[in-house]
Amino acid sequence: MENAIVVVVGADKPGIVAGISSKLAEENVNIVDISQTVLRGIFAMIMLVDISKSKVPLSELRKELQQKGKELNVEVLVYHEEVFKYMERI
Amino acid sequence: MKYSADEIIEVVRMLSEEDLDIRSVTLSMNTLTLISDDVNKTLEKFNSLNPILEKFSYSVDKVSEKYGIKIVTKRVAVSPVQYFLEVLAESDGIKIGEKLEELAEKNGIDYISGYSAFADRGFTKGSLSVINTLAEVMNSTRRLTGMINAASTFSGLNSDAIKKFVDQIFSMKPEASSRVSILSNVPPDSPFVPSAHHGIGMPDMMINVAVSGPGVIENAIKRSSPSSLEELHDVIKRSAFKISRLGELIGKAVSKEIGVPFGSVDLSLAPSPKVGDSVAGIIEAMGIEKIGGHGSLSALAILMDAIKKGGSMATSHVGGLSSAFIPVSEDSIMAERALEGYVDFFTLLALSSVCNSGIDMVGVSKKQGKDKVIGLIMDVLSLGITLNKILGVRVIPVDSEPGTVIDLGGLLGKVVVMRLKDVSVERFTSLNGFIPNTIKRLEAG
Repeated sequence: MENAIVVVVGADKPGIVAGISSKLAEENVNIVDISQTVLRGIFAMIMLVDISKSKVPLSELRKELQQKGKELNVEVLVYHEEVFKYMERI
Repeated sequence: MKYSADEIIEVVRMLSEEDLDIRSVTLSMNTLTLISDDVNKTLEKFNSLNPILEKFSYSVDKVSEKYGIKIVTKRVAVSPVQYFLEVLAESDGIKIGEKLEELAEKNGIDYISGYSAFADRGFTKGSLSVINTLAEVMNSTRRLTGMINAASTFSGLNSDAIKKFVDQIFSMKPEASSRVSILSNVPPDSPFVPSAHHGIGMPDMMINVAVSGPGVIENAIKRSSPSSLEELHDVIKRSAFKISRLGELIGKAVSKEIGVPFGSVDLSLAPSPKVGDSVAGIIEAMGIEKIGGHGSLSALAILMDAIKKGGSMATSHVGGLSSAFIPVSEDSIMAERALEGYVDFFTLLALSSVCNSGIDMVGVSKKQGKDKVIGLIMDVLSLGITLNKILGVRVIPVDSEPGTVIDLGGLLGKVVVMRLKDVSVERFTSLNGFIPNTIKRLEAG
């Protein structure tokens, strides 16, 4: 399994989860886990997604999700899971 | 979830708000196989590097996009040009310099480094040729960088190399002099320019990485507001670990992608002129109101030790300068404090005794005379051989008066022309020869 972390930052409103998850589904990316927190005082949704069967490389998926984020008026950040594994685990 | 929301947010904050990025991925390569006593053959042989440089450039972009990590520059380190000029004419150095520039430009390489020579005890034909052509080569290029290793713990300090170097930088455009430095004990695997070159004992090719994350440490200190020195040390050490881990991840990924061994991570914290990306900002967050105040040296010593301890846990491949850089122009707060008078040359010298940077990116007025610049370089390199450390000097000689500012733009920032102490040292600096290797040398046998 190869994972990525998707963080969506912006005011919580209907349609954000649906918008992002439908884009993920479109590219055959499965949501493994989802949680929420606060970043810079704003609502943030964190998703751990499985990209091993993704139709597009992560760089492309990032662009598509960021485009979707623009439409929904939220910021979308996408990083490979390895970054977190390296920085948060010994 | 495998990671807590706090852990994820911590990393995201570092990357998206605190300017944590990879300052450079540097491909270091042996180019000695291209040496010929016919310069045209040498220049032709250099063309054989194009495929690997193209692949390197592509691989760095690919890794950056895959991980979502910003890689600020791509650099290439080659074998010191000195070795080429041992068997060629001095003027051929200019042709080789231009060729290296062409290779960098063609393949999207930001800096190509290795217009360099070793002259810590004396000169060879090659080292002398590199020094004598430095100004002409640097004035006609933009991506080429080089260094002169003029002192080492093993060999002593060659004052004649320093004098020739100063003659050269006094003939350079300000931007050109930002691409050359003079060092003691240069490491063989630096990812930073101008010190980067493919050193002795290294494999044919390797990937060296430089990280940049002063903002991460500054913010970690501010958020935790430590109440004891041990806590302060611990906060820095933990952040340094995470910063260096990112370097290790990206270095290994590029290495795998391109099929070249991973060399090392330079633990140095490299600032940039951007607000919030400053090493001086860390010292000030530690409680020194303005860097240069008494206590600055102690604060920098704590920072250095904590970075090295955290960094050494993060990677087994430590290399380069592994320091905290204290350049003046490339650090917005340092530049401000220099203008305000809190940081002068003696402050920088004192700070150099606890880090491995030296006097970096400072303007000097040509009107104050060469003897003072020679004296300044002798001071820094003497510290280097006395303390057995890597130290260097990168000064920008300009026509204007001390106290003025020259804007070089980009990562180089605003160069403050700092006043050299107005005391003639000519009788000392005009003495020829070298300073014998110090007693430190005998520790090795």
